Amino acid sequence: MTESDRWTDLLPLQSTSPEATHALGEQLAERVQPGDVIALHGDLGAGKTHLVKGIGAGLGYNPADIRSPTFTLVHVHEGGRLPLYHIDAYRLGDPAELYEMGADTYLYGEGVCCIEWPSRMGELLPDTALHLQLTHETRTTRRIRQTCHD
Amino acid sequence: MPASPVLLGIETSCDDTAAAVLDGTTLRSNVVSSQHDVHADYGGIVPELASRNHERYIGPVVQHALDEADCAPGDLDGVAVTCGPGLPGALLVGLSFAKSFGYAARCPVVGVNHLEGHLYSTHITGQGPPMPYLSLIVSGGHTQLVHVSDIGSYTVLGQTRDDAAGEAFDKVAQMLDLDYPGGPAVDRRAQQGDPTFHDFPRSRFDDLSFSFSGLKTSVLYFLRDIPEGERDAFVEAHRADICASFQQAVVDVLVDAVRRAALDTGVEHVAVVGGVSANRGLRDALQMLGTEQDLHIHLPDPQFCMDNAAMIAASARMHWPTTSPLTLDINPRLTLA
Repeated sequence: MTESDRWTDLLPLQSTSPEATHALGEQLAERVQPGDVIALHGDLGAGKTHLVKGIGAGLGYNPADIRSPTFTLVHVHEGGRLPLYHIDAYRLGDPAELYEMGADTYLYGEGVCCIEWPSRMGELLPDTALHLQLTHETRTTRRIRQTCHD
Repeated sequence: MPASPVLLGIETSCDDTAAAVLDGTTLRSNVVSSQHDVHADYGGIVPELASRNHERYIGPVVQHALDEADCAPGDLDGVAVTCGPGLPGALLVGLSFAKSFGYAARCPVVGVNHLEGHLYSTHITGQGPPMPYLSLIVSGGHTQLVHVSDIGSYTVLGQTRDDAAGEAFDKVAQMLDLDYPGGPAVDRRAQQGDPTFHDFPRSRFDDLSFSFSGLKTSVLYFLRDIPEGERDAFVEAHRADICASFQQAVVDVLVDAVRRAALDTGVEHVAVVGGVSANRGLRDALQMLGTEQDLHIHLPDPQFCMDNAAMIAASARMHWPTTSPLTLDINPRLTLA
């Protein structure tokens, strides 16, 4: 399986419930490798944190311990199959701020790095990141697809 | 060691760089980088990106705190510093500074849990609630209900499963084009609004945990359901009502959990701490709960609700006499229990 094919049988997905989004996360977690960066694009309430809960569960973490890092910016989970770095760039004034905080430890680390609001990271986002777009369809359904970003 | 030590508190776990001098229960200074004119001390205009630039602020902020307290390093009995939870890089700045400062000033350094600091924000200038009591820590980054049975003996009864309450305030404020930080902006509008204007969902769990993600999304859908051409005018006309209705939902969830936990544990005293404890809607509702259920409600002075270093010093004082080993390190994932 080539790198670009790694996710194609899972995506796109029409998720009809938070549980289905969670299940996709668990499936993604089965295939992630050390150093993978997953950029999660989508509006407020689209299910970004929920998807990370699923990825975390798939890596062996308790999903209840995976909370929104909007205020705290970075949550590090260790002790599962791979470390999980959960970043939220929502409150960043400037991408350089994240760099000063030592973001390269997470972006080029031994674990899986999931990033909410990745567009605010600008140039800091590695070219190899998997970009997922979560879109509100109806109140209960979300479309989750892989996208390309320059 | 003195029973009422003179302590320098240092806090750098998230956005603000803070330092304070606490002399027993007398607060001699309390400096927070975002509120003080430390930019002038530093001698330059600080760009927006420096909001978490602790390396740049720590020196001037500590100096400011010592000067305002009229305190020399030799007058201190100890340095109390936040060692977690928080951002690793940010915590390291505070801890490294505190260790060097303590070494030079020949006084012990005490590592403090940021959440325990919040717990003792009701004890900075006085006794605080008698133990055992319940404390609701509610801020932008945390929402948890804690049973405090003794100093250092805590049970987390419930916490958020997704977003913190303060985060929901900020995100709803953004949807309504209000200023950052969103909590005070929503609270201000809510005073003039009708809390029954719209019935937003309240999530309730048997185990006292919280969830505010669904509430945030329901406000988003409420706004999206308004035809696009009418939306701006509608929000303009009803911003206060939407704020009041949303705030009421948050307050109901928090107060309901406090009520149930108070019944379960049989405590007579309840404290509410953290940034959201400054919210007037929450304060009023808790006072009402206190009257109804015969509970004593303890609320910190508003200046101690947000992250500050006075609460870090107060936490070290609660454990005094104490000192941390030289191997003291940061723990970004530190919890209360």
